[in-house]
Amino acid sequence: MDKFRMIFQFLQSNQESFMNGICGIMALASAQMYSAFDFNCPCLPRYNLAYGLGILLVPPLILFLLGFVLNNNISMLAEEWRRPRGQRGKDPAVLRYMFCSMAQRAMIAPVVWVSVTLLDGKCITCAFCTLVPVETLGNASHSSLSQGEKKRVLARIPCKEIYDGQELIANEVAVRYLRCISQALGWCFVLLMTTLAFLVRSLRPCFTQAAFLKSRYWSHYIDIERKLFDETCAEHARSFAKVCIQQFFEGMSTDLAAAHCHPPRKTPADPGEAAEKLLGITDQGTMNTALKSWHRCKPPLRLHPPALPRGNGWAGERQPPTYTPVPRRETAAYYSRV
Amino acid sequence: MDRFRMIFQYFQSNSESVMNGICGLLALASVKMYTCFDFSCPCLPQYNMAYGLGIMFVPPVTLFLCGLILNRQSLVMLEEWRRPQGRRKKDLAVVRYMCSSIIQRAMVAPIVWIVVTLLDGKCLICAFSGSVDPEKFVGFANTSPVQVQQLLAKVPCKDDELMRNNTSRKAVSRYLRCWSQALGWSILLILIVAAFLTRWLRPCFNQATLLQARHWSNYIDIEQKIFEETCCEHSRLFAHKCILHFFKSMRQEIKLHSFNLPREGEGAEGEEDLLQGITDQDQVNKLLKMWYCDKPPLDVSQV
Repeated sequence: MDKFRMIFQFLQSNQESFMNGICGIMALASAQMYSAFDFNCPCLPRYNLAYGLGILLVPPLILFLLGFVLNNNISMLAEEWRRPRGQRGKDPAVLRYMFCSMAQRAMIAPVVWVSVTLLDGKCITCAFCTLVPVETLGNASHSSLSQGEKKRVLARIPCKEIYDGQELIANEVAVRYLRCISQALGWCFVLLMTTLAFLVRSLRPCFTQAAFLKSRYWSHYIDIERKLFDETCAEHARSFAKVCIQQFFEGMSTDLAAAHCHPPRKTPADPGEAAEKLLGITDQGTMNTALKSWHRCKPPLRLHPPALPRGNGWAGERQPPTYTPVPRRETAAYYSRV
Repeated sequence: MDRFRMIFQYFQSNSESVMNGICGLLALASVKMYTCFDFSCPCLPQYNMAYGLGIMFVPPVTLFLCGLILNRQSLVMLEEWRRPQGRRKKDLAVVRYMCSSIIQRAMVAPIVWIVVTLLDGKCLICAFSGSVDPEKFVGFANTSPVQVQQLLAKVPCKDDELMRNNTSRKAVSRYLRCWSQALGWSILLILIVAAFLTRWLRPCFNQATLLQARHWSNYIDIEQKIFEETCCEHSRLFAHKCILHFFKSMRQEIKLHSFNLPREGEGAEGEEDLLQGITDQDQVNKLLKMWYCDKPPLDVSQV
């Protein structure tokens, strides 16, 4: 019991730290993915905006969904949401708490991606290079290019090797300008997210602490109950399988003995543990038949009462109790072998 | 009993060391962030100061808020501050002590950022290159005001075509960096002296109050942890009972095929004691609400 309790405390405390660990790993993975990603601005007027904003916004969405997928508790939330009411009421506050805590953890990796992207500056430079204020930074009046031509020239700003608009606006000036805007946006975004997180965390104890304690307790409870139930079912399945196989071997031994006209079981004078474990199968031929039978014709999922220690092994005069279905899939019906 | 005491000591020492560890990690993270950050001054007259000062002050605010968020004790302090009085008096000295210790720890990373920024010099050069007196530097002395502003704004950009081989640019840059580093070292010295004096002179004033405040703030922290642990334990036992009851309806049929029944039979009485007679949802909710609204008095002599 103590060991059981220790393991559960470990799991309980560890579940939180496990989820925080996954969170941290995903954040690091997102920063690493960005640095490994080979950003290639197309340098064409209409494609730049789509590419830049796409790289800025699509991977965070994927990371957000991945955060939910990797979280084990999502199935628990879905189960609790969809179960029939039955004898236990449903508390929407608990569901909201579970969803919020999962969403908060899943938000971290996308926020890291967006921050790193903005602070690096390549995406914004690519997306908005055609909107650089040429009048203030360059020589708009000097050139005689049409609007379309100007846009095409400006679109090549991120690609230094093919940029040919030095007289319109210097490449370094435009890149510095765009990067400055991007970094300012990045830091503002980081500050905003941190402020939001701080407000959410610090306003909670001021207003809804009692409700929060309740929701947290019951969401942990649901989690633990599910794990315990799975454990109990697994133990039950193990016992069921053990008895089923034992009865298969005994049945096999009895049938073979009857076929060969031998007494069913040589009850030794002093039945040791090894003799009991042999379950009446004591020669190669019998064992081979047993193995073949196990493969070709598995026993039904029906347990019968254990043999009483008498001469011929079976019987039992009491009425067989009805065996109601065990949880999950297996059905077991009792039948008498008398 | 011994194990209980060991666990207590672990929590006691660990809370402080965990918070100090987080503090140190944030400080290292702030240095790493600064070195990874690609500082690129816009080199434009109106934008330089905004960018330079922004990079110097916005990340420290973020780091300060992070320091508050990551510190578990801030939640404990807020809870203690906002709870209804009930049967346990509130001691504001304890709340003040906790608040000051949280803020001191949260201030370390922002100060590290500001000091590193000043000692490096790039931010100040970017922010104030347009504000130097052009008369002091040969290359900028005899140009029109508008042009001088443009040129000075480009000082932080070494690779700019106008500034590439300009010796006056280097002079301005060195001048501003010198000021920046002097400011950085002065701030560092002042802060260390202030910290030293605070720690040294503290025992001369209100030492008894301080000891009391520290004791009760540790107590509140440990009490919170143990309450959470107890709730976990209780919910585990509650779940266990619930599932046993569920399987009990099939117990007659399962009978001899289930091998864990005897164990549960023995442990049942022990578990009844641990559940303290709280065996349904309403009782648990009432317990949690009572814990928040009306904490028990700090007096265990009647128990």
